[in-house]
Amino acid sequence: MAKYYIYHDPTRCIGCLACEVSCMDWKGLPYGEANCRIFRFGPEALFGEPDLTFMYTSCFHCEKPLCVEACPSGALAKREGDGVVVFREDLCIGCRACITACPWGIPQWNEGTGKIHKCDYCVDRIDQGLEPACVTRCPVDALKFVRVEEASQLKRMRWLRDTFGRQVAPAANY
Amino acid sequence: MGEKKTVYSICGMCSVRCPIMVEVEGGRVRWISGNPHDAGMGTALCAKGIAGRALLDDTERPLSPMIRDGERGSGKWKTVSWDEALDYVAEKLKAIIDQYGGRAVLLSDRGGPFGEYRKAFLKAIGSPNYCNHDVTCAVSVNHAALSLFGFGRKTLNYDYKNTKHIVLYGRNILESIKIKTTKAVINALDRGAKLTYIDPRYSVTAAKATRWWKIKPGTDYALNLALIHIIIKEGLYDKAFVNRWVHGFEHLAKFVEQYTPEWAEEETGIPAQEMYLFCREIAQDAPHVIFHPGWMRARYKQAFWESRTTYILNILMGAIEVPGGLFFMKGPKDAGKKGLNSIGENLPKVEEKRADGAGWKYPYINKGPGLLHRAFEAIKTGDPYPIKAYFVHRHDPLTGLPDPEAQVEIFKNLDLLVVVDVNWSETSKYADVILPECTYLERSDLIANQKGLKPGFRIRTAAIEPQYDTKPGWWIYIELAKRLGKGEHFPYESIEDMWKKQLEGTGITVEQIQEKGFITLTDKPIWYDRMNELPFKTESGKIEIINKKWEDAGIPCLKPYEPPEKPPKGKFRLLFGRCAWQTHAMWMNNPALHPYLKENVLWINKKVAEEMGLKDGDKVVVSNGGYQKEMRIFATELIHPEAVFMLHGFGRTVPQQTRAYNRGVADQRLEVGLLDVYDPAGGANALCECFIEVRPAK
Ligand code: SF4
Ligand code: SF4
Repeated sequence: MAKYYIYHDPTRCIGCLACEVSCMDWKGLPYGEANCRIFRFGPEALFGEPDLTFMYTSCFHCEKPLCVEACPSGALAKREGDGVVVFREDLCIGCRACITACPWGIPQWNEGTGKIHKCDYCVDRIDQGLEPACVTRCPVDALKFVRVEEASQLKRMRWLRDTFGRQVAPAANY
Repeated sequence: MGEKKTVYSICGMCSVRCPIMVEVEGGRVRWISGNPHDAGMGTALCAKGIAGRALLDDTERPLSPMIRDGERGSGKWKTVSWDEALDYVAEKLKAIIDQYGGRAVLLSDRGGPFGEYRKAFLKAIGSPNYCNHDVTCAVSVNHAALSLFGFGRKTLNYDYKNTKHIVLYGRNILESIKIKTTKAVINALDRGAKLTYIDPRYSVTAAKATRWWKIKPGTDYALNLALIHIIIKEGLYDKAFVNRWVHGFEHLAKFVEQYTPEWAEEETGIPAQEMYLFCREIAQDAPHVIFHPGWMRARYKQAFWESRTTYILNILMGAIEVPGGLFFMKGPKDAGKKGLNSIGENLPKVEEKRADGAGWKYPYINKGPGLLHRAFEAIKTGDPYPIKAYFVHRHDPLTGLPDPEAQVEIFKNLDLLVVVDVNWSETSKYADVILPECTYLERSDLIANQKGLKPGFRIRTAAIEPQYDTKPGWWIYIELAKRLGKGEHFPYESIEDMWKKQLEGTGITVEQIQEKGFITLTDKPIWYDRMNELPFKTESGKIEIINKKWEDAGIPCLKPYEPPEKPPKGKFRLLFGRCAWQTHAMWMNNPALHPYLKENVLWINKKVAEEMGLKDGDKVVVSNGGYQKEMRIFATELIHPEAVFMLHGFGRTVPQQTRAYNRGVADQRLEVGLLDVYDPAGGANALCECFIEVRPAK
């Protein structure tokens, strides 16, 4: 079962790219080619209201990862225990099947190696009790490395908080 | 693999200098993050800070000393040993000092907490001419503070953590990142604090603000006068605080009578109604409010008064020495402890007048950071005396100050131009000698004071040895001093010797500081009694609405408002700024950061663009004076129609920087003639008093 999730809070995110650069730096990826990516909507006037919103995208580590199913070489696999979809570059044959299979367009092409690159939640770090590189260095704590059930709670709270503009807590925490 | 160690140090990728943790393995830096011992920082680090590792491996930097081997600016260099380079500089300097005196030497840098040895070096050779980069940064803010409180801007800091309302005038706090500040602001907003952001252009900060005022460029002063008008008229100010501490309040009240919100609406484009609502709202949150007086406010000729009235708004809110407002930075003395000793031994007092006129020709101008543009004037004219040698230390006037072409002309009067830098700066291209400094990861620096509610010391410790033939700045200047026969003032062989001297009598060892990278001298935050013991340094001991120093020089502290010039037909006011992953034009060529921003674009108002037959993404030619270049536009409603905007630091001309070379447009090259345009009361260059032409590219 997938245990972890990287929760991104767009209300806090300032689009500073530290997460991308952090990933690239830790993973030794080609400059400019991180596993995660920040996208922006705007700046634009949406129905007259100015807006600029950032979205973090990275691997969701699906329960049923289509990339793993598509991968013919075993380079992609779902890890026992915590369900992280890991990637072994040495096994990758560069067939790009995962790029087609993943509905979210997560696996990306690495020009340098002729293979893909993909987030593995920095398993090397989490196995030492650390957090993924992107989460660790986000300057404003817009990223949180949490258990999946916590992420969905956080998301609901964020929605309530932003909609009502007031502090919010589960009623049971009294 | 190899030996592992963790070093707590200080980032050097921008002038903020955040606390960092560096992990080293086998003599290589493996990982840099924020210093988790500092609670406000945690492991956070910005993109630039992370790219420090890429800097280490970047060979497109000066990696050994070089002496010019052709005309100035020819780009021809001879690589030499340190001995050769230093002997050469010393010999030239000696000749200059013999002929013109020590005062003929000027040095500029970006300020900061580690520069004591540079000032000491100047003193040792008898020069008063130290300047930092502040004329293109906060010098007017500093003077605004001096004129009110008698102390500079750094004496007061901002308690974002506990604030209820933050007001920012183009201080793009979420993109011009100071990690601890940025995080504290985001936390405050998440807690429900309000943010009012005033800027002709939309930004990330505007996106997170509760209120964005798209103000007409150059009219902040009008807005402030109207806000003060409302606050006084409606009695929304902190009467107890004002009565206790403000000297000359009645002058202020009388002065702002004429500046009604209705008048300011015309001037600024902000509806008067919104100003009333804002004042009533913020008064309810007072005194836990912050009007940020500005940091990089070197934009308009009225900067001093913009900043001064911003401080006054804080004062009216009673937001001084109070949680959630502005607070006094405390030093070791406040904690009852001894401070750091200075490193210069028996330095002679330099009686000489400054070449830039600070302190005598301009008696109200603080001698600390000086006025670099006036020092340039002295190089040009030889008045009040000739300046013949210029040390540019980790500073890049050809990028930071306006009109590089005019500067290069001025530099022709120099007999010696020495650049000490980690990078190929634009200025280094014109140097006679380049003395490459090692990076902040390879260098230990002097112990620095850490002022704050809990004062202490902090330290930058080298994580690894220099990888190339580069040296720490302090070593360079001490070696030079020795060669000039001034070694007696610097009896040190190593940084450890200097640390020892700095800490003598403090009861603190360097190891204690290095354990976490910093040490605090008290556990409890220190607050002064705000109604009884605020240490204002003015003549009256109070906050002075009218300050004699300026008035005596014929500069009114309450200056009647003057509207900014309207852009001539077909021209636009040029605004500039930063993004979160670049700074001070330093890292355009950093291999890790370059892919994220290769060129700048021109923000232009969508309606205006349409009228010119342009649509988003089209190419235009921007020009002013002799400089013109093509760039793409970003057409948006989110910028004032009078203005255009671009990110600063592009259009680089040093060919050694192959990635950044010639990419994008250099805003400072468009600022033709602006070297001599500055705020007369605060001294800052008025970089946005600049109009450029924009036309569709063929
Ligand atoms: S590091 Fe954090 S704030 Fe910066 S872009 Fe990434 S998620 Fe957003
Ligand atoms: S803001 Fe970034 S670059 Fe500047 S000192 Fe902090 S970590 Fe370093």
